[in-house]
Amino acid sequence: MTAATDYTLAELCIVAAAEAFRDDGEKLATGIGVVPRLAASLAMKTFNPDLMMTDSEAFMLSEPNPLGKRPDDFVQANESWMGFSRIFDNVWSRKRHAMLGPTQIDRFGQSNTSALGGSYQQPKVMMLGARGFPGNSISHRNSFFVPAHNTRVFIDGECDYVSSIGYNPARLPKGHSLDDVDIHRVITDLCVMDFGGPDHQLRILSLHPGVSADQVRENTGFELCIPEGIPVTPAPTEEQLQIIAGLDPHNQRAYQIKDNPPGVR
Amino acid sequence: MDKRISPAEAVAQISDGMTVGIGGWGPRRKPMALVREILRSDLKDLTIVAYGGADVGMLCASGKVKKVIFAFVSLDFIPLEPYFRQARQAGAIEVMEIDEGMMLLGLRAAAWGLPFIPTEVGLGTDILTHNPDIKVIDSPYDDKEWVAMPALNLDVALIHADRADARGVCQIEGPDHYLDDWIARAARKTIVSCEEVVDTSYFQDPARARQVFWERSITDAVVEIPGGAHPTSCNPQYGFDVPHFKAYTGTAKDGGFAAYTEQFLGASEAEYQERVGGLDAIRNIALPTY
Repeated sequence: MTAATDYTLAELCIVAAAEAFRDDGEKLATGIGVVPRLAASLAMKTFNPDLMMTDSEAFMLSEPNPLGKRPDDFVQANESWMGFSRIFDNVWSRKRHAMLGPTQIDRFGQSNTSALGGSYQQPKVMMLGARGFPGNSISHRNSFFVPAHNTRVFIDGECDYVSSIGYNPARLPKGHSLDDVDIHRVITDLCVMDFGGPDHQLRILSLHPGVSADQVRENTGFELCIPEGIPVTPAPTEEQLQIIAGLDPHNQRAYQIKDNPPGVR
Repeated sequence: MDKRISPAEAVAQISDGMTVGIGGWGPRRKPMALVREILRSDLKDLTIVAYGGADVGMLCASGKVKKVIFAFVSLDFIPLEPYFRQARQAGAIEVMEIDEGMMLLGLRAAAWGLPFIPTEVGLGTDILTHNPDIKVIDSPYDDKEWVAMPALNLDVALIHADRADARGVCQIEGPDHYLDDWIARAARKTIVSCEEVVDTSYFQDPARARQVFWERSITDAVVEIPGGAHPTSCNPQYGFDVPHFKAYTGTAKDGGFAAYTEQFLGASEAEYQERVGGLDAIRNIALPTY
């Protein structure tokens, strides 16, 4: 396991995000977007082979698919049918961990994929809609990937539209506990975080090489927990980089973070 | 029994103000020929329930829609549906934004004749803040509160299948039937367009019989329209038409929906297909890779 010296920030984020799936055991890992999907795939191919994954369409795979166009003779490793209706059965069984990138995240870990500004009747910017976020957030573990850590994503105040439940006492449903919510990891281009600070405060777990805690603070729109002695996010190993390259033969990962910077800044 | 009708006869069964459920998912296996027939009609004030794509966008852009019940409206590779976005940002339509799974539960409740199905989905989110019609109730069995997802009763369901016989046995050959079975069951009247009408003996093969997801008593009408899902996909027959969707999205920036309909819609499906390169061209569109 040789630590690499030459790697991109995207590759560092993929490896850091893969760690989020390490202790999941036998769960459906759903990575939405290039970095989360590669992260889940890397985890499944290395330290957590028990993970389950789909082909983003209708089948479960025993082996993750590489991204993008595949050779004509490629045969994907189907293990079962998993159409969209069955996904809900899986979600509500709680045996799933989804990772995706919302447009806004607030201090409660509430997130927004729906709309920005204006009103419900007339939003200023209509986005995707709530999609499956409300159900995901109350049913199973979730993680976030944010390719550009700034105060427009980590906003001051509450999300314009709360698409997913977070650690907000004011919105806690009767009979539920804030501990029912499981936002596991937040991976950004600056650091890795969780909501393990006091009263579920956002907390820095590791800083990417060359990034300071002040930089994270300045780019976060609310107060976060900055513990003593924060470690540096571990570099990918050469073996991990090789596996990532095999999973992403068209190098889609080079387009996920602006200007595709190197991992060590 | 012969349930076959023409596209015009199918749309004649829809009235102003009805609630219409549309099958498929985003850019996948949408009954687009039936949607186009609605675009050519005088219908208005429809409430649309869908895992939405260009079906929802086009109906909004043409002023047919009063309200949309949705969890997303997306073309997938183009994440934001351009005309739905315009309609929302203009405040032109009423909406009920819900979770994808809540929609499934609402359709199931309608299918099963229940007023609601309890769920925890939606708790703690703005789904409840903005939809006062969705009630939160106490459980007789525990101390928690639960969302009572109301039945999404549909007047009409529009679905596109691969094949059907004249009695309404419908085959979805592709890898996923999405939530089409629940949309069919939630409706008072289910209209299915298909690539091909086949003889009943086609279904003797048990592998084909397993590709039938609702019994024929649920299907009220069958409309044979080969290529009828274009520009969405009908896997394994054809993929979705990426250049067409790009052109469609382009008109939202330049020319508007009138420019799109002027160029493509035509007075009939035959005219539409001629304008998009013909049925053979549709059938040659490669399937997408994810």
